[in-house]
Formats: sequence, structure tokens, C-alpha cells
Amino acid sequence: MTNPLATIGRVFLNALAEIGRLSRFAGIAIVHIVRPPIYWRLALQQMWLIGYNSLPVVGLTALFTGAALAQQIFVGGSRFNAESVVPGVVVIAIVRELGPVLGGLMVAGRVSSAMAAELGTMRVTEQIDALTTLSTDPINYLVVPRLIAAVLTLPLLVLVANIIGVLGGFLIGTERLGLNAGTYLTVTADFLEKADIVSSMVKAAVFGFIIALMGSYHGYNSRGGAQGVGKATTNAVVSAFIMILLANLIITVIVFGDQV
Amino acid sequence: MTEDKNTNPMIEMDNVHKSFGPKQVLKGFDLSIAKGKSLVIIGGSGTGKSVALKCILGILKPDTGLIRVDGTEVTSLSSRQRKPILAKIGMLFQGAALFDSIPVWQNVAFGLIQGKGMNKKDAHEIAIEKLRRVGLTPDVGDLSPSELSGGMQKRVGLARAIASEPEIIFFDEPTTGLDPIMADVINDLIVECVRDLGATTLSITHDMASARKIADRIAMLYQGKIIWEGDKAEIDTSGNDYVDQFIHGRAQGPIEMQLLKP
Repeated sequence: MTNPLATIGRVFLNALAEIGRLSRFAGIAIVHIVRPPIYWRLALQQMWLIGYNSLPVVGLTALFTGAALAQQIFVGGSRFNAESVVPGVVVIAIVRELGPVLGGLMVAGRVSSAMAAELGTMRVTEQIDALTTLSTDPINYLVVPRLIAAVLTLPLLVLVANIIGVLGGFLIGTERLGLNAGTYLTVTADFLEKADIVSSMVKAAVFGFIIALMGSYHGYNSRGGAQGVGKATTNAVVSAFIMILLANLIITVIVFGDQV
Repeated sequence: MTEDKNTNPMIEMDNVHKSFGPKQVLKGFDLSIAKGKSLVIIGGSGTGKSVALKCILGILKPDTGLIRVDGTEVTSLSSRQRKPILAKIGMLFQGAALFDSIPVWQNVAFGLIQGKGMNKKDAHEIAIEKLRRVGLTPDVGDLSPSELSGGMQKRVGLARAIASEPEIIFFDEPTTGLDPIMADVINDLIVECVRDLGATTLSITHDMASARKIADRIAMLYQGKIIWEGDKAEIDTSGNDYVDQFIHGRAQGPIEMQLLKP
């Protein structure tokens, strides 16, 4: 039996080392963003892959979540004769939290894994080394376009998710719960503030950075053949999920923490 | 071992050490290749042949020691300062390492378009010419690398390595995974292309037939050091037990296979 304290210590040290490596990778990537060349064509290609191809899954997630949310708030609110809070609570919950978080998680599941698998395969087949021998910096060529694309695309995706989420609530509210359509829209517009939208977009951009960073980091540093690529893919998704949820909490506390 | 030292060597490695954690891979690695010469490093799997190549390219950073390429010390260069050095080097990878997201001709032209900023039309012409040079027809250029056989991928890899007409070419196990006839075809192509370019080459292999064909000089790597170096013709009369065991492929001898070591 190994000493349990030694095990805890080892796990802790490994975690610290991993955080160090990740921070270093992120630092290098950010330095390369401001250092040409930037491969805009590749960034556009990634925006298409990340943004357009994620629209169906993000839209459906938002639609169902907004609808379920409206139903639950209606049921809960009716205990206090407060069914009229449905539009306000739906729009706040969707725009501030559920739109960016669920959108971010769905895109992380699709995109971080795909990036890790692609870059991981390129690593183990020496394609990344080949880039170096062809006078092309692999960080510039592979990582920077993905980071730029994800940071620019996620806010747009989340904007769409927010609108569809509110629409989901609207559909349930008016079609099933008997709320007045005009009133629903007016209340929604009244409740929504600029800070809500801004924080939603900031969150989305941060989540986009996390998604591309985790996909790139785990793929770029994968080792050991097919199994290594599989591990990189899993690690990319899991770490992106956890970091998105943590970042969400931090941003929420910073933006809304001192509101009463 | 002291001949033709009056000209500056194209590649020079001086007492290079490299470890991965507790595992020492290179332990005082010395090497010198004169301009226009072909050196082949032979040695068993896992002796550090690829690590030495990657140190020269700057993909790995040696722990200690000096590496000079065409007179420039490269171990302390930043990735940006290294660019002009890398522009002199082409490399054929073991598994060809073609980019599977782009067609064959763009692979061949990659260094010209991305590295040197050449326009696509000129680069396409050069790519087709280089494909022809390695015995492939122009229509192969439009295929995806995954549609090619192993031998064809190696040819494309060679075309990509010579596309920018480098002064130095590295060959990482150029014949691994090919049948003996295709291996010989690739060896012939390598010899021809290198002669055309007048390039300095460094190859690593454990295929003796390949080594005999493409080398001017042969060096044997064992346990992180060069233990023998000489002209190709001297390899059979080296008088070195390690070299003899390796070139004859005997299981018995001074080299012990460390099967149980991780």
C-alpha cells in the first residue's frame, strides 16, 4: 500500500503542473494572436465549422430549455398567484445563464472534442512537426485560427440561443399556458437590461476561448497513438465543461454580485 | 575521422544531452556533416535517432550542448529567429506526415505558399514538376493523401521535402513500411534528388540496404552516443562488435535488447 498522504500530494502536484502547462500554452497562444501571420482563411473555415454547424444543436437546446423553464415557472408561480412573472423570469434566466452556459456546453461537446481529435491525430502522425519543417509555425497555423473563430462565433451562437430560448418560453406561455402574446413580449422587453445582454455576450466569448483552448491544448500535446488521441478528446471535453461552469460562476459573481 | 575538416561543416552537434524525465536519451551526442555529404545514422529502435533530428529542427530543446546549422548556433534561437534556418531544411517523415485536409499538390506546395508566400499558380506548377520528378503523374496532385498507397505517400513526402530546393534534407526512416522493391525505388529517388540539389543530408534508418545506398558516411548510435563513424565502404571492416552485430542483424552480441525496461 502506498501512503495515502503521498497519493494526495502527488495528485495535487500533478494538478498544479497541469495548470502550469495549460497557462503556458494559453500564454503562447495569446502572444501568437498579436503576432502575424494570422491565417484568416483558416479562421473563417473554423467559424463555419464552429458556428453554422452548431446552430441546430444549440437552437434545439435553447428551444426545449426555454419551453420547459416557462412551464416550471408557471407551475411554481401559480402557487403565489404570480403566473405573470413567467416572461420576465424566462428572459432573465435564459439570457444571463442558460443561453450562454447550455450553448457553451453543447458547442464544447461538439467542437473541443473535434479539435482535440484532429490536432491529436496531426500530432501523432507528425503532421505538426511537418509544419515546422515547412517554415510554418504550428501555433499560428493551427491554434490561433481556432481561438479567433471560437471567440468571435460563440457570442453570435449564444445570441441566437437567447432568442430561440425566449421564443420557446413564448410558445409554451401563449399556446399552452394561456398568457397574452402582446403582454408576454412587452414584459420580456421591459425586464431585459443592457447589462444582461452584455454579460451574456462576454460569457459567450470567454466560453469560446475555453472551448478552443481546451481542444487545442489537449490535441496539440497528445501522446501515444490512437489511445492517446482518445484520451485527449475526452480530457478536452471534460476540462472544457468544468472550466465553462467555473468561468460562468466567476463572471456571474463579478457582474451581478453586488445587485440586491 | 579527421579528413575534410578544412571546410565548415553544414551540420554540427557538439556534446548534446537530452533527457525526458529520468530517461537519458542523448548522452554526449557528437556529429559533423560536411557540405554536400550524406550521413546516415544507424541504430536500434529507441536509441534516440529521432530525438537528435528533432533537436536540430528545434522541435525539441537539448538540455546541454551546441548545435550549428551552416555556422549558426540554433539551440538558443527563438522560433522567429529559427525561421531562416528552417527554410534551408526539408524533411521526409517516417509516415510521410502529409496533411490530409488538403490535396496532394497543396501538400507539395505547402512550404512555397505558406512558408515563402509564393502565389498559388506558380506554386502549383512547381508542385506538378516535383511530383513528376518523383515519378507521379499530374493527376495525382488533385487526390487526397488518404487515397494514396504507402509508397506513393512516401513519394509525395519526398516531393514536398525537395519542393523549396533546400540545402539540407533529413530522411527519417525513408524505407520503413515499404516492400523491398518499393524501398529500393525510394532509395534511388533519394539519391537522384539529393544529387540534383547538391544537398547535405542526414538520414536515420535501421535498414542497412537503404543506408548502403544513400550514405557517404555511416554513423552508429548506441545508448545516446555515436560509437562508430566511417565511410560507407568501411562499414563491413569496422572491427567494431556493436556495428557488426547490427549490420548482420544478430540477436547475440554486445548489444542487449532491453525488453523489460519501460
